[in-house]
Amino acid sequence: MLQFSQTDSPASTHGAKSGSDADGSEFLAFTLGREEYGIDILKVQEIRGYEAVTRIANAPVFVKGVINLRGIIVPVVDMRIKFNLGSPTYDQFTVVIILNINTRIVGMVVDSVSDVTTLMPDQIKPPPEMDTTFNSDYLIGLGTIDERMLILVDIDKLMTSPDMGLVDHQAS
Amino acid sequence: MAIEMSQFYQVFFDEAEELLAEMEKLLLAVDLSDPDMEDLNAIFRTAHSIKGGASTFGISDMSDVTHFLESLLDHIRKGEMAITSEHVDAFLIAKDILKMQLNGHKFGAEVDQEAVADVRMLLQSLAQNSTHIAPPPKIESYIDKSKEEQFRKSYRIEFPKVSDVEIDTLGEELNLLGDIAKESLDDNRIAFVLNTNATPDDIIAICSFILDPQDLFITEIALKKIPPKEKSGDEPGYGLFDTPHEQDEDKLGYGFFDPIDPAFALDRSPEEIMKGVAKKLDKDVSHHVAGAHDDKGAGKKEGSNQESTTIRVGIEKVDQMINLIGELVITQAMLEQRTNDLDPIEHERLLSSVAQLTRNTRDLQEAVMSIRMMPMDYVFSRFPRMVRDLASKLGKKVEFITYGASTELDKGLIERIVDPLTHLVRNSIDHGIEMPDARRAEGKYEAGRLSLSAAHQGGNIVIEVSDDGGGLNREKILAKAFESGLPVTENMPDAEVWQLIFAPGFSTAEVVTDVSGRGVGMDVVKRNITNMGGVVDIRSARGFGTTIVISLPLTLAILDGMSIRVGEEVYILPLSCVVESLQPVPDDIKVISGKGTVIKVREEYLPLIALHQVFGIEPKFTDPCLGIIVILEVDGKRAALFIDELVGQQQVVVKNIESNYRKVPGVSGATILGDGCVALILDVSALLRT
Repeated sequence: MLQFSQTDSPASTHGAKSGSDADGSEFLAFTLGREEYGIDILKVQEIRGYEAVTRIANAPVFVKGVINLRGIIVPVVDMRIKFNLGSPTYDQFTVVIILNINTRIVGMVVDSVSDVTTLMPDQIKPPPEMDTTFNSDYLIGLGTIDERMLILVDIDKLMTSPDMGLVDHQAS
Repeated sequence: MAIEMSQFYQVFFDEAEELLAEMEKLLLAVDLSDPDMEDLNAIFRTAHSIKGGASTFGISDMSDVTHFLESLLDHIRKGEMAITSEHVDAFLIAKDILKMQLNGHKFGAEVDQEAVADVRMLLQSLAQNSTHIAPPPKIESYIDKSKEEQFRKSYRIEFPKVSDVEIDTLGEELNLLGDIAKESLDDNRIAFVLNTNATPDDIIAICSFILDPQDLFITEIALKKIPPKEKSGDEPGYGLFDTPHEQDEDKLGYGFFDPIDPAFALDRSPEEIMKGVAKKLDKDVSHHVAGAHDDKGAGKKEGSNQESTTIRVGIEKVDQMINLIGELVITQAMLEQRTNDLDPIEHERLLSSVAQLTRNTRDLQEAVMSIRMMPMDYVFSRFPRMVRDLASKLGKKVEFITYGASTELDKGLIERIVDPLTHLVRNSIDHGIEMPDARRAEGKYEAGRLSLSAAHQGGNIVIEVSDDGGGLNREKILAKAFESGLPVTENMPDAEVWQLIFAPGFSTAEVVTDVSGRGVGMDVVKRNITNMGGVVDIRSARGFGTTIVISLPLTLAILDGMSIRVGEEVYILPLSCVVESLQPVPDDIKVISGKGTVIKVREEYLPLIALHQVFGIEPKFTDPCLGIIVILEVDGKRAALFIDELVGQQQVVVKNIESNYRKVPGVSGATILGDGCVALILDVSALLRT
């Protein structure tokens, strides 16, 4: 239960990170539908293929179930279902990004993973004031590399949000 | 520097906590009529270690209290005053105060400064009293002598070059072990000659506070007489002016000013005098029977002599190891499954290796699981104090006995059993055991017997809280049950009547006595134990006492499960909840409009819960008559669960879902099956509530 308290201030932590890190930060780029997203590489534990999950009864549709990750029970969410992007097909190319969020481990299904890129602070623009698939609360900003544009997601904040329903929010 | 120190605080806190517990254990074991010198020394050492640690970390309030504690203990230890129950009480209070201070530093808990001041005054006044009751100086000198004669060994300890201040400190510390004399060596170094019963290890332990033990030279020398009353560090090189004769004359001189008849002292051996004084002091000591001193003392002494060779490891590390072993077991099961299909002749060597692996894995699993196991002593050891305090508060006499303190139980369970047990023990003293007068009238011993026992029985541990008090009052319980509208009849079997006291809101205080003021009720005890997967039973006979039997699974980590299938999904039912399984006939199933379905099983209507409806699964059968009905029982509630088929019975390793996900309604945990898939463990009590 301790870890929840940390989620109250993710904005300040990422602000400090992108502000003080002169060498820029590394982001893992992945695609959902036609959009390209980026998440902090330090939050990524590993990338695996999709394997049979055990369904959890009465869970939201985007929660595919739980898997056995070397003896640890890990929930898997399908971001394509959550955000109505791409087609939720499951084959040998389906990718699960295992995230490590405040000592909790979560698997996230995406369409594909492209690469790891380094973004300098000046390459990150604040998110536009408009409706995006992701609530702009969960965005760090937009990263531009040449012609590419990455939507940088504050994955900590997203995964612990009541929206995802992955953690118990007793207080709320 | 401050940062460097702070990481050692935790070590000090842990250590101090252990020392305090040790101190309490020793204090409770002290036999007032014949205190064991070793025990007193051990108590003194614990106090001293706490003081040392506290002052190292600059926790002055704790070192303050321990200082007073230590000086009073020192008087007793040196035989200047006999230990009385008053002292033991004061020490116990001081221990509590130290614990409070420790918590204050550890968690920032509140510290009652008044209580701290009180206990300091108490210790101080007791220490001062020693001057009134302490033997006159004459006898003291004899005692000194006799003590000196008891010393078996003499050591010569050579120190490297150190400052005078450090030498003084060392001298003071070593003086605690025995008599000491200081010598100067040629090259400005200092050596001590120590007459003591302590071992060189003790000396090194003390010196290592200040010096590198490798710089010490300790040699055993022929027992050398050291002038008594000498305090090292008073004057450098005091040891060189060895003037025993003068001092002896001094001592004899004291005798003439002594109010006691000199003949009294001279005619008798020092030992006799000591005994006489001790007896005199002991006379006004009320001898209380709060614990079975003899039984316990013997056990404790054995234990305290064992060198503790333990390492402190974080519980997460152990749990991680258990997880990894669980993983290994699954991998091994997979391997075994795959090799089963191979031709046994062609692959003989591979198969024998796999069999070997199976054995090794099982051994390894057992060994690792045993790490989490802790002896019940961890729980039992906190009761003597509680029993003693409570008994004296209530004016009862209680003899407290424990059996099977070395029985091991999972750490997780041990921590959770403390509260229910505490409640049961308090209940036994409060309501079970009668007042001494009443007991005498009934022809029983004045002191009631309260016993706590633990023993393994199959895969369970059975803990019993037993008293020889008045027993439960059947009529009163039944009357109270009628009053609260519980379904009871006059001719219920006793066992069922006793279970009534576990009903929520069924206050035992009103039933048996009107003494109350306890934290939790019996219903909470029962619920706690049920949550641990345990069962509570009561045996009671009017006038002969009550025994409460708690039966717990050995560990929370492994569960006997029944795997079941609904549609494509496999779930695990805890076997402890499964009563029976059956295939119903259509006539037995009745629909109550608006209330759901019930099933008639042996003239009893049970609610029928269809798992596929609760969990939204596409089932193989929708007609209960084609599938299987499992009768479940938990907390005395029964229901029938409709599933597709039973798969099998197996032991499963329980994994937590909530560590990475939120709580899932109807599911208590998860496990990993032999094929590596995850299966959810059903929360039967939650299912029955739906």
